[in-house]
Amino acid sequence: MSTKVSSPLPGKPQPGNTPAGTGTAAVSGKPVTWRTPVLLTAFGLIALVFFGLMAPNQTASFGISTGEDFFQLPALEVNAFAAGIVLSVLLLGLAAYAVYLKSQNRPAPGWLTVSFIVLFVAAFLIWVVGGARTPSISLAGLIAGSVTLAVPLVFGSLSGVLCERVGVVNIAIEGQLLGGAFTAAIVASMTQNPFIGLLAAAVAGAVVSMVLALFSIKYLVNQIIVGVVLNVLVSGVTGFLFSTVMQANKAQFNSPPGLDIIEIPVLSSIPIIGPILFRQSLVGYLMYVAVLVVWVGLFKTRWGLRVRAVGEHPQAADTLGINVNATRFWNVTLGGAVAGIGGSFFTLVAIDSFTKEISGGRGFIALAALIFGRWNPIGAFFAALLFGFADNLQSIVTIIGTPVPSQFMAMLPYLVTVLAVAGLVGRSRGPAASGIPYVKG
Amino acid sequence: MVRVLKLELRGITKRFGTLLANDHIDVVVEPGQIHCLLGENGAGKSTLMNVLYGLYEPSEGEILVDDKAVSFRGPGDAMAAGIGMVHQHFMLVPVFTVAENVALGAEPTKAAGFLNLEETRRRIKEISDQYGFDVDPDALVEDLPVGVQQRVEIIKALVRNAKVLILDEPTAVLTPQETDELLDIMRQLKASGTSIVFISHKLREVKEVSDTITVIRRGKVVGTADPAAPTAELASMMVGRAVSLNLDKAPAQPKEKTFEVRDLTVIAPNGQHVVDGLSFDIARGEILAVAGVQGNGQTELTEAILGLQDRVSGSIRLDGKELLGRSVKEVLHAGVGFVPEDRKVDGLVGTFSVAENLVLDLYDKPPFAKGISMSPAKILENAKARIGEFDVRTPSAVAAAGTLSGGNQQKVVMARELSRPLRLFIASQPTRGVDVGSIEFLHRRIVAERDQGTPVMIISTELDEVMELADRIAVLYKGKLVGIVPAGTSRDVLGLMMAGIPPEEHGHPTGQAPSAATASTSDAEGGDHV
Amino acid sequence: MSDKHPPKHAAGEHSGKAHEATPAAEETAAVVSVDTAGGAMEPSAVPATAQSGQLPGGPDTLLRKIFTGSGMVSVLAVLLALVIGGLLIASTDKQVATTSTYLFARPSDFLSAVWNAATRSYIALFQGSVFNPRGNSVAAQFAPFMETLTIATPLITAGLGVALAFRAGLFNIGAQGQIIVAGILAAWVGFALHLPLGLHLLLVLVAGIIGGAFWGGLVGLLKARTGAHEVILTIMFNYIALYFLRYLLNTPAFQRPGETNPISPILDPTAVYPQIFGTQYRLHLGFLLAIAATVLVWWLLNRSTVGFEFRAVGANPKAAQTAGINVSRSTVLVMAIAGGLAGMSGVAQVAGTEKVLTDGVAATYGFDAITVALLGRSTPWGTFAAGLLFGAFRAGAVQMQIQTGTPIDIVLVVQSLIVLFIAAPPLVRAVFGLNPRRKKPARAAKSRQAATTGGAA
Repeated sequence: MSTKVSSPLPGKPQPGNTPAGTGTAAVSGKPVTWRTPVLLTAFGLIALVFFGLMAPNQTASFGISTGEDFFQLPALEVNAFAAGIVLSVLLLGLAAYAVYLKSQNRPAPGWLTVSFIVLFVAAFLIWVVGGARTPSISLAGLIAGSVTLAVPLVFGSLSGVLCERVGVVNIAIEGQLLGGAFTAAIVASMTQNPFIGLLAAAVAGAVVSMVLALFSIKYLVNQIIVGVVLNVLVSGVTGFLFSTVMQANKAQFNSPPGLDIIEIPVLSSIPIIGPILFRQSLVGYLMYVAVLVVWVGLFKTRWGLRVRAVGEHPQAADTLGINVNATRFWNVTLGGAVAGIGGSFFTLVAIDSFTKEISGGRGFIALAALIFGRWNPIGAFFAALLFGFADNLQSIVTIIGTPVPSQFMAMLPYLVTVLAVAGLVGRSRGPAASGIPYVKG
Repeated sequence: MVRVLKLELRGITKRFGTLLANDHIDVVVEPGQIHCLLGENGAGKSTLMNVLYGLYEPSEGEILVDDKAVSFRGPGDAMAAGIGMVHQHFMLVPVFTVAENVALGAEPTKAAGFLNLEETRRRIKEISDQYGFDVDPDALVEDLPVGVQQRVEIIKALVRNAKVLILDEPTAVLTPQETDELLDIMRQLKASGTSIVFISHKLREVKEVSDTITVIRRGKVVGTADPAAPTAELASMMVGRAVSLNLDKAPAQPKEKTFEVRDLTVIAPNGQHVVDGLSFDIARGEILAVAGVQGNGQTELTEAILGLQDRVSGSIRLDGKELLGRSVKEVLHAGVGFVPEDRKVDGLVGTFSVAENLVLDLYDKPPFAKGISMSPAKILENAKARIGEFDVRTPSAVAAAGTLSGGNQQKVVMARELSRPLRLFIASQPTRGVDVGSIEFLHRRIVAERDQGTPVMIISTELDEVMELADRIAVLYKGKLVGIVPAGTSRDVLGLMMAGIPPEEHGHPTGQAPSAATASTSDAEGGDHV
Repeated sequence: MSDKHPPKHAAGEHSGKAHEATPAAEETAAVVSVDTAGGAMEPSAVPATAQSGQLPGGPDTLLRKIFTGSGMVSVLAVLLALVIGGLLIASTDKQVATTSTYLFARPSDFLSAVWNAATRSYIALFQGSVFNPRGNSVAAQFAPFMETLTIATPLITAGLGVALAFRAGLFNIGAQGQIIVAGILAAWVGFALHLPLGLHLLLVLVAGIIGGAFWGGLVGLLKARTGAHEVILTIMFNYIALYFLRYLLNTPAFQRPGETNPISPILDPTAVYPQIFGTQYRLHLGFLLAIAATVLVWWLLNRSTVGFEFRAVGANPKAAQTAGINVSRSTVLVMAIAGGLAGMSGVAQVAGTEKVLTDGVAATYGFDAITVALLGRSTPWGTFAAGLLFGAFRAGAVQMQIQTGTPIDIVLVVQSLIVLFIAAPPLVRAVFGLNPRRKKPARAAKSRQAATTGGAA
C-alpha cells in the first residue's frame, strides 16, 4: 500500500516503492549496470573498424573561417585514416575507463558519456568527409547551419520540458510548432510587422496547449490521445485555411516580412562562435534566453520547485496548498507559447511563407530531444543541437557525395532516440507523475 | 510565547454520494493534549482528518479554532490556522532533498522568486536539534528510511508552526523500536505545547500515549474513553460488540511435511538480501503463520515461492518437486493457491467482471478453455457457483470487480484460489481492509482448507490474526527467520521476536527484556487489539 | 500501489461500500463517467465498461448503452464535430463574407449563406462517399460507396491493430511504420518474384503481415526487455521505416528498370487482389479480408485465452503477472499481431489500391488508424464502423473538393474533433444541455476510480 502512482508510461522506470519498505530496507544508491561500459566498448570498436581501419587514406578538409570573419584561420586538414585511428583509440580509452569504474562499482560520470559522443561524432564526420568525392566542407557553415536547424527543435523540446515537468505529456509539440508557424505567417502578413507575428505565434501555440490542458486536466482525457489528435486537428485547420484563405490572396495573407538577422558588431566575426552566438535572428537569440530562463526557473526558483513537485508528486503539492491543476494548466499553456515562438521560425526566419505541414515532423524530433536530454532544458538544448547537426549533415553529404545515403543521416535522430529510451545510452527517468491526471479528493 | 490552540469539530458530516463517511462527529482537542481517534480501518477517521485539513469540504458541520468558526478551502488555510498533518502515505517528493520538501509551498525566497534554501536548512537543523532528529537537510528523500521520512513530515509541519499535529496511522509502517521512538517524539511535542491528533487502531500505542480517546465506528462517535480503561473495553467499543477473541478451531492434525523451504535467499534489485537464508517446513493440515512488521521480507518471500522474484537462491520443494526457477503459471499449476497481499494491485483486475476475475488464473484450463478457445458459459456457471458458495455480495456475475467492497473483493480472490484442489495455500494479509463480518468468514474458510489436509501459510502483520489462525508462528525480521514458535506463544515474546530478538535471548517468556519495544504490553494477555 | 491518489485514500476505504449501496440510476451515471475517468490511464482508449470480455446475459444491454452511455455521446460528438467543421467551411465562404458585411441589416441572408456553405459541402461529401443520385447508371450511383469501402479497408485493419494494442494497454502510434515495412516486403514479393496465380498473392499477403508483425513485434520486444515506452518507440520507428523506404526507392532493386524515379515496378497481375465487383470499382479482396480480420480480432479478444491475457495485461499488468500470465510475452505478441493487422493495410495498399510502392504507400492511414480505433472505442466492430465512417469522409472529401472547392483538410478537422469530443463525454453533454446530474457523476467517477485502480497500464 505505498502511495506510489503507477506510471501510465510503463516504460519509464518506476521510482521504486520506497515508502513500502521499512527502515530496514533503506539502501540507497542504484546498482551500476554493465550496460554503459559494454555499449561504449561496442561503439568504440565500431569506430575503430569503420572510421579507423576502413577509413580512406584521403585528407579531409574542414573550413573554419568564413569570409565575414575578422581574422582568417586556415582550414583544418586531417588524414581521415590517421584521425580515425587516433579518435577510435581515444574512444576505446574512454570505454576502458568506464569498464574500470564499473569494476569499482561506480557509474560512468556524465562528462564521460558526453565526451564519448563528441569524439564519436567527430570521428564519424571525418570518416564521412574523408570518403566523399569532394572531401572538403566548411565546419563553420556546418555548425552554424546546425544551430539554425536546431532552433525550432530547441523551442519544441523546451515546451516538452515545461509540460512534462509539471506532469502533462506533450505529444502536441508538432501541432504547436505548426500552429505557431501558420499564425506568425498570417498575422505578420496582415500587419506587415514580424514582431506582431512572433507574438501571435506564441499566442497560437498557447491556444493549442490550452486545448491540451483543458481536455487532459478538466476532462481527464488521456494526454497522449489529446496530443496525437491535436496534431491532426492543427494540421487540418492550418491546411484548410492555407488552401482557402492563403492561396486565394497570397499577397495579403501569406507574405510575411521576415525577421532579419541581427549581427552584433565585432563579436559576430569571431570564427565559428561568432555566427552561432552573435549572428542570429531575434528568434535565435530568444532561443538562448529561453533555455537559460527555463533552466534557472526550474531549478533555482520557487516557481520551479512547485512545478517539479506537481510533476513528481501532485498529492504532496496539494497537501501543501499548491493548486495542482492550475499549476499544470498555466505551465502547459506557457509551454505552448514557447513552442509557438519556435514555430514562427519557419515562416519568419527560414522561409518567407507558410506551406502545408511546414513543421515536417520536427515536433517529434523535439520530443526525442526532450527525452534524450533527460527532461532537462540544457540537456534538451544539446540534444536538439545534435539532431540539428544530423539534419544539416544530411543535406551536406548529399552535396559532397559520400557513400553514406542521406536517408540514413535523416534516420539518425530517431535511431539515437530509440537507443536512448531503450536505456542503452544511460537510463532516463522522467517526472514520476507525468501523464497521470490529478483528481483531488 | 507558545501559542496554544483549541480545536473543535462540531457536527461534521461528510457524504460521498449516498455513503455517509462521517455522521455528525463532535470532537474537541484541548490545547496541549494527545487526543486519539480510535477506530477500525474504514471507520471514517481519515475522512474526518482530511476534512479538518481542508482536503475535503464537509457536507455539514463546522470547525472551530479557539472557539471561532473557520472554513478551510484547502490545506493552505488549515496550515495557516496552525494545523499540520502527517499523512499515512507520506506526502514527500522522492527526488527532492529534505530541504526542498520542507520548503515546498512556503518557500523562503530572495529577490525575483529565487529560492533561499539556507533559511530552510537552518530551520531543519534547529528542529532536528530540539527533538533529537537526525535529519540531513540535503539528503534525497528517496534514500531515507521510512522512519526518517516520517520525521521529515513532522518537520514540515513544525516549520509551518503547526500547533495541532494530525498523525494518521503513523505506526503502520514502523518497526516496534521506531514506534517507540515516535511515541517519545509525540510526548516531547506535547511538552512543548503542540497538540496531537493521533489516529490509530492499535490499542497498545493508544493507551500508552493518549490523554483522551474518542472512539469512532462506522462514521459516528460512539463515545470517549479513558486511556486507563481496560483493553477489552476499548476493543469492544471500537468493534461494536463483545469481541470473540478466539476462532473455534479444532487443534491441528499435522500430517507429513510436503512443503519445504531451504536456505531461501532473495536479492532485491538494490543488492540487499531481502530474504536471507530462510528454512522451514509446513505439514499437511497445519497453518504456519508468518508474523513480522511490514517490509521485513514477507512480500518477497511469497513472491519467491510464486516465481515472481528474479534473484532467488536455495530451494522450495512442494511434494518433493522443486518450485524454484519455474514460471508463475507452473507454480500455480503445481497446486499452489495464492492470495496476494494487495488484492487491488495483484489479486484482481478491477475493470474485469467478477466472473472473469474468478478464473483469472484458471482461464486457460478445462473446462474454461479448450485449446485457446474459451467458454463464456462455463465461466459464468462457475461464477454463479462461487458467488453462492462464498456469499459474494455483487449485483451480478458480470459486474466489474472494482465496484465491490473490499470484503467482497477479497472473497472473490479467495473463492478463486480455493476453487481447485490445492497442494499448498498461501494467503498474504488475508483480511486487510476487510469488514469484521467478512473477516470471520474468511478465517473459517482458511481453517477449513487446513482441515482438508492442505498445508497453509498465512502472512500477516496483524498479530491478532496471526495468533488466531496459527498452529505455528514464524517471525521474520530483516529477511531472516527469528524463530518458529508454537501457537500459544505470548504476545510479549512475539513482540520481541518481531524486533529481531530470538526467544532464547529473552530469558523467560513473559518478556522482561530491556527493549522498550514491549515495555507496556503487560496487559497483552487475552489479545488486546482486534 | 493501490491508491492512485493518496489524498483520496479515505474515499478508497469507502468506495466499495458506496457502490454496494448505489442505486441503479447512479450506477448508470458512474458507468458513463467511468468511461472518462475510470481507468485514469486510458480513459477514452478503452472504456472501462468495455475492458471486460463480453459475457452473455449481462445487464449491459444495448438499449441502456444507447440512451445513457457511449452510443448517444458518440452520435452527438459526430454531430458537434460536423457543425464546427461546417462553421469553418462557412467562415471562408465568399457568400458568407459578402452577407456578413450587412449582417445587422439582414441577418437572415447571413445565416442562410452559412447554412448553404456548410450543407453544400456536406452534401457533396455525402454524394462522394455513399450515393450519387446524378450517376447515369445504378453502378455509377453506387460507385462512391464502393470507393468508401476501398478507402476504409486499410483504415479498418490498421485501426484494428491500434485498437488491439490499446486493449492490452499499449499505445501503438506505429501503424504508419508497420504499414510501410509491410508494403516494402509485400511489394517486393509482388514485383520481384514471379509465381503462379494464387500462391503469389498468398505470399504477398504473408510477406506483408510478417513485415508489419516484425516491425510491431520489435517495439514490443524493446518494451518488454528494456521498459522503453512504446509511444516514443513507435513514433521513432515510423520515421525509421519511412527513411528506410526512401532509401530503398533510391536503389536499383526497387526501381523500374532503366529509371531512377523513386517508384517501384508495378506488381505482377498474379500478386494483386482481385476486384470484388469487377473492374468498374477499385474495391478489392482486401475489404473481405478486413471483415475477416474484424471477426478474428473480436474472437481473439472475447473468446480466446490469448485475448483474455491481453485484456488482463492491459487492465492490470501486476494482477495478470500474479495470475501466471507472462506479461512480456503478451507485450511482444500483441504488438506483433497489431503490426500484422497494420501489415494487412500495407498489403491492401500495394496489392489492392495502388499496385506499386512509393514513399506515399501509407498515406496517412497509420495516423488515421489511431483516430479510427479511438472512435471505435477499441472494440473490433466499433473500429470497423469507425473505419467505414472515416473511409466515407476520405472518399467524399475528394468529390467535395472538386464540387465545392472545400479542401480535403476539413476531413482532418472533423475527424480529430470527433475523437476529442468522444473522449470527453461531459463536454458533449454540456454542449447539448444533457447533464442531468451535475455533481454526482463526478463523485461517482472518483470513487469508482479509487475502486478500480487496477486499470493502470
